[in-house]
Amino acid sequence: MRKRHVVLTLYIIFLMLPIYWLLNMSFKTTNEILGGFSAFPREFTLDSYRTIFTDPTWYGAYLNSITYVAINTVISIAVALPAAYAFSRYRFLGDKHLFFWLLTNRMAPPAVFVLPFVNLYYAVDLFDTPWAVALSHTLFNIPRAVWILEGFMSGVPKELDETAYVDGYSFPRFFIRIFIPTISAGIGVAAFFCFMFSWVEMLLAKNLTSVAAKPIVAAMTKTASTSGYELGLLAAAGVLTLIPGAVVVYFVRNYIAKGFALGRV
Amino acid sequence: MNKTYNNKAWWFVLPVFVMVAFNALVPLMTVVNYSIQESFAANEFFWAGARWFQELLRNPDFHASLGRQIVFTGAVLLIEMPLGLAIALCMPRTGPWVSVCLVLMALPLLVPWNVVGSMWNIMALPDIGLLGKGLNALGINYNYTRQPAAAWFTVILMDVWHWTSLVVLLCYAGLVSIPDAYYQAAKIDGARPWAVFRFIQLPKLKHVLTIAILLRFMDSFMIYTEVIVLTGGGPGSTTKFLSIDLMQKALGGFDLGPAAAFSIVYFLIILVLSWLFYTLMMREEAN
Repeated sequence: MRKRHVVLTLYIIFLMLPIYWLLNMSFKTTNEILGGFSAFPREFTLDSYRTIFTDPTWYGAYLNSITYVAINTVISIAVALPAAYAFSRYRFLGDKHLFFWLLTNRMAPPAVFVLPFVNLYYAVDLFDTPWAVALSHTLFNIPRAVWILEGFMSGVPKELDETAYVDGYSFPRFFIRIFIPTISAGIGVAAFFCFMFSWVEMLLAKNLTSVAAKPIVAAMTKTASTSGYELGLLAAAGVLTLIPGAVVVYFVRNYIAKGFALGRV
Repeated sequence: MNKTYNNKAWWFVLPVFVMVAFNALVPLMTVVNYSIQESFAANEFFWAGARWFQELLRNPDFHASLGRQIVFTGAVLLIEMPLGLAIALCMPRTGPWVSVCLVLMALPLLVPWNVVGSMWNIMALPDIGLLGKGLNALGINYNYTRQPAAAWFTVILMDVWHWTSLVVLLCYAGLVSIPDAYYQAAKIDGARPWAVFRFIQLPKLKHVLTIAILLRFMDSFMIYTEVIVLTGGGPGSTTKFLSIDLMQKALGGFDLGPAAAFSIVYFLIILVLSWLFYTLMMREEAN
């Protein structure tokens, strides 16, 4: 029993070390960072954070990222809900092929899509808007949401639908008043995975935007390359990107195990 | 569940179909279109037939990138699968620590990929990073920007940090769903821990393990941002994986045809291997 705790503790320490190091760097002055190795900040400073919260190119980049993630999650869940219902309740012409085709998009390397996406979103005049990134991420997130929701919906017995119709519910009313509350855990899990992918994906986000809708990754790349080597600022920006993820994971902590149990991620 | 046959269900699927088709088919047609033509300047195209494909398949650089990619994915799977399973077996099943462990473990999965790269970059700097300084203090000459072996070590360690938790969470979810009755039966039979693992847990975990392998295979085969931030594909081109190679070609701008041919071959490799996994998995499930 004790050996288990040791292994688990070591693993969690291993997970936390790089995060600690990032925190550590973010509270140091540039001089101290370049001055040499130190395991904790000697001259504790919040300068890096102050820069980020006062410079519009920095906090604007955060807002841009959060905007496209939110748009993407809402769209993905909204269109995936009826589709997942159809897959879980009905057989129809080409259903299996359609399902597999959707899943193939989950397997598509984003690098393959960068160039054609840039052309496509230029053509429809959405380039450099949060919509371009949000819509391009739906390619990966809609299939994921359909897959997860279908798993949860298949666990709900069909008798629920039939009873509701007998009770005189119309389909839209049944779907919104009864069915959606029943699978709310599934919706939470699906939204979590949509958020997760859209928030961490950076290749498309960076290449589909230039100035107006610049995501956080572009701001960070700029720090690392042009304005010298401001590690403190880079670290602080990194720390701030951890917060939305931590908040979301906290909210769904009780459903995570269940979400993973279906093995659909 | 017995499903009714009803083609009206298409109306429910239509929004998904339209959106994914817009996002998937239009770009794929563009790529196919480029892959069989030669481009001069921006808007002049000439028929090139299968030339780009032939050149690509004979290109030693492509073979090298593909080789590196296979070694990387293989290494990552060999480390992350057993490690993830072992950690999942160490997890508590009940009590307040479950949530704490789950939240801490899910954290790396929610870190933006470029931040993962930056984080390990800062961590591994030979003069001021914890890992770099630590290794050098132990007398190991370590500099990931100069030594190919050190670069590989760092990239793999980063991926283990980033993705082992996914395997842990999948396996843990599988373990929790095994009914208690199985363990009680094993206890009555006086089964040793190894026997419990071999004959109860492992067979029950087959499904989630297959999925974990599938996901880790696909995602590690597409790795880009983390590596580009950490090593930029270097030193030299020792950590230049397929996506990095493709992006260099595509953003170079003059090689639309070869880059498109590369894209198609790349996608097909992933698709064929994933399809194999998927059918094997479904056959298992049917039995």
